[in-house]
Amino acid sequence: MYAIEVERLTKIYGRGVTAVAAISDATFQIKPGELVAILGPSGSGKTTLLTAIGLINEPTHGKVVIDGATVADEGWLPGLNLKRLRREKIGFIFQAHNLIPFLTALENVMIALEINQLTRREAKGRAIELLTSLNLGHRLNNYPTALSGGEAQRVSIARALANKPKVILADEPTAALDTENGKNAMILLKKLAVENHSAILVVTHDHRMVEGFDRIFEVRDGKIISEKRNGVAK
Amino acid sequence: MNLAIRDIRYNKGRFILTSIGLGLLIGVVMSMGGIYRGLIADALSILNSTKADIWVVQQDTNGPFAESSRIPEDIRYRIALVPGVAQASPLSFQTIQIERMGKSFRFFLIGFDLSESGGPPAIIAGRNIRQKHYEIVVSKAMKMEIGEQIRLGLHNYTVVGITGKMVSSSGDPAAYVTLADAQDIQFKKENNAIRNDRERIGAKVAELTGYSPAQSKLLKQNIAGITETTHTINTVVVRLAPGANLQAVQERIRRWNHFRAISDEEQAEILVEGMIEKARMQLGLFRIILLVISAVIISLIIYTSTIDKIRVIATLKLIGAQNRVIVSLILQQSLLMGIIAFVIGYALILLTYEKFPRRIVLESFDLQALFAIVMVICSIASFAGIRKALRVEPAEALGG
Repeated sequence: MYAIEVERLTKIYGRGVTAVAAISDATFQIKPGELVAILGPSGSGKTTLLTAIGLINEPTHGKVVIDGATVADEGWLPGLNLKRLRREKIGFIFQAHNLIPFLTALENVMIALEINQLTRREAKGRAIELLTSLNLGHRLNNYPTALSGGEAQRVSIARALANKPKVILADEPTAALDTENGKNAMILLKKLAVENHSAILVVTHDHRMVEGFDRIFEVRDGKIISEKRNGVAK
Repeated sequence: MNLAIRDIRYNKGRFILTSIGLGLLIGVVMSMGGIYRGLIADALSILNSTKADIWVVQQDTNGPFAESSRIPEDIRYRIALVPGVAQASPLSFQTIQIERMGKSFRFFLIGFDLSESGGPPAIIAGRNIRQKHYEIVVSKAMKMEIGEQIRLGLHNYTVVGITGKMVSSSGDPAAYVTLADAQDIQFKKENNAIRNDRERIGAKVAELTGYSPAQSKLLKQNIAGITETTHTINTVVVRLAPGANLQAVQERIRRWNHFRAISDEEQAEILVEGMIEKARMQLGLFRIILLVISAVIISLIIYTSTIDKIRVIATLKLIGAQNRVIVSLILQQSLLMGIIAFVIGYALILLTYEKFPRRIVLESFDLQALFAIVMVICSIASFAGIRKALRVEPAEALGG
């Protein structure tokens, strides 16, 4: 079973003569444990694709299946609890880490767990475990402003992994990091994809950051124009 | 995890300063309620301490507090004979303004008969008046010492006792002297003025024709005697005998003695509704305006604080936070701000109420009602922020 299945996914903004297809006819599947990149310049439609898979932006056409459950088929399926699905199945990593400024590193991870109905004690245990595994055990009680860019992004990754999601979506996760920290973050994501058996879909415009990815889709003007597997064009 | 508390903890400086500002505003609202209750307490303090059942005053007046009332002193004996009357005590009231320690100083002087009621309610220092003349009991608010002397009219009076916080309906502290002294202070003229009056009466009598010299002399003496009398009082306070019918006694005094007999309840109504109604409305209006200002301030604070947190809210939504998590974050902050501001306002009043020139009376019902109003205002004020937060799209968390 695939973690992500996308079939002829299309998103059109506007109507009539002003209609613009931000993404059209995207079709691919991602297996659990796979690290996949969507590479493309600004405005190519990669974030639209990410938000459609992330249950944020309703697709105009096509089908999206997350962890075996169809969520969109010519629009969202009726009666779908998108928030709950996002909470349980998807983890997000953001460009600017998006940590909540008034929560410590530990609390930033705990909040994702508490929202998913874990008790405070369970959430704290899991959050400490995660942050320690990401070498942040000494930063548990620091606020985001006291963390370096790399540390903040690792807390963000820990938050994304907190609920053991089947899918992790990362939007330009290295944009706010220097090259070294960016590469380290990508290495970490690859390791986590394998360890947690999660499908990780990374959107980026930076070619240097996608070394070692299992697959790379290149997007231009809303269309997937190529797919490389382990650096080899398909 | 309580996000509202975490946010406040992180931004405590801003939150505390805002709460202090709001607390000062709520303190002013609270003090206005206290001033209103103080006005009532002041207006009724002499009334309550006198413990009268009926106030006998000049006919067709609302005396002796709301209007001037002058009645002859000897009427007390006729009132005392009315069936159902246990005690009829004469009282006189006058507001006096003197120079004291280089400043003008006003107080309310009450004259009472030593053998009757209407004197100082409780002596907290010194003693009550024992002599018929030249002794005075002052209220604590006059800040006078036992043994201190004060010049009133033609004589010096020695402070022999201090009573509690007794004030007139206009907030002036009260002092007590004997009825005879009060009448002297109010009516007794200086010797030269008496001589002048006698000459003027003599001249008028001399103009009258048809009287023999002996009759003219007698007439002159009698008229002078009447004009020089000090035996005028403002009211007779009546205490009824057990089982006496209030209305019957009132009717009897009105019908046969030609005075107005106001029950204690009616007197309280005259004082509260008549004398402080406008002050009540004024203070009420101020309170409403200040509460509206508080609501606007809270709304603005909560709304701008929500705008500051748009990305946080979008992130929370993106990671699947339920609407109640977002609503709680905003509503709890608003309510907490209200609670803290209320406590600050209350503390401020507790620390300063004795320094107010007029009495501040904080009643628990008023405080509870104000607290409920503040909570409602905070809830309503957070509405704009909540509306904004619920409209935030999770996608706003994405991007740089």
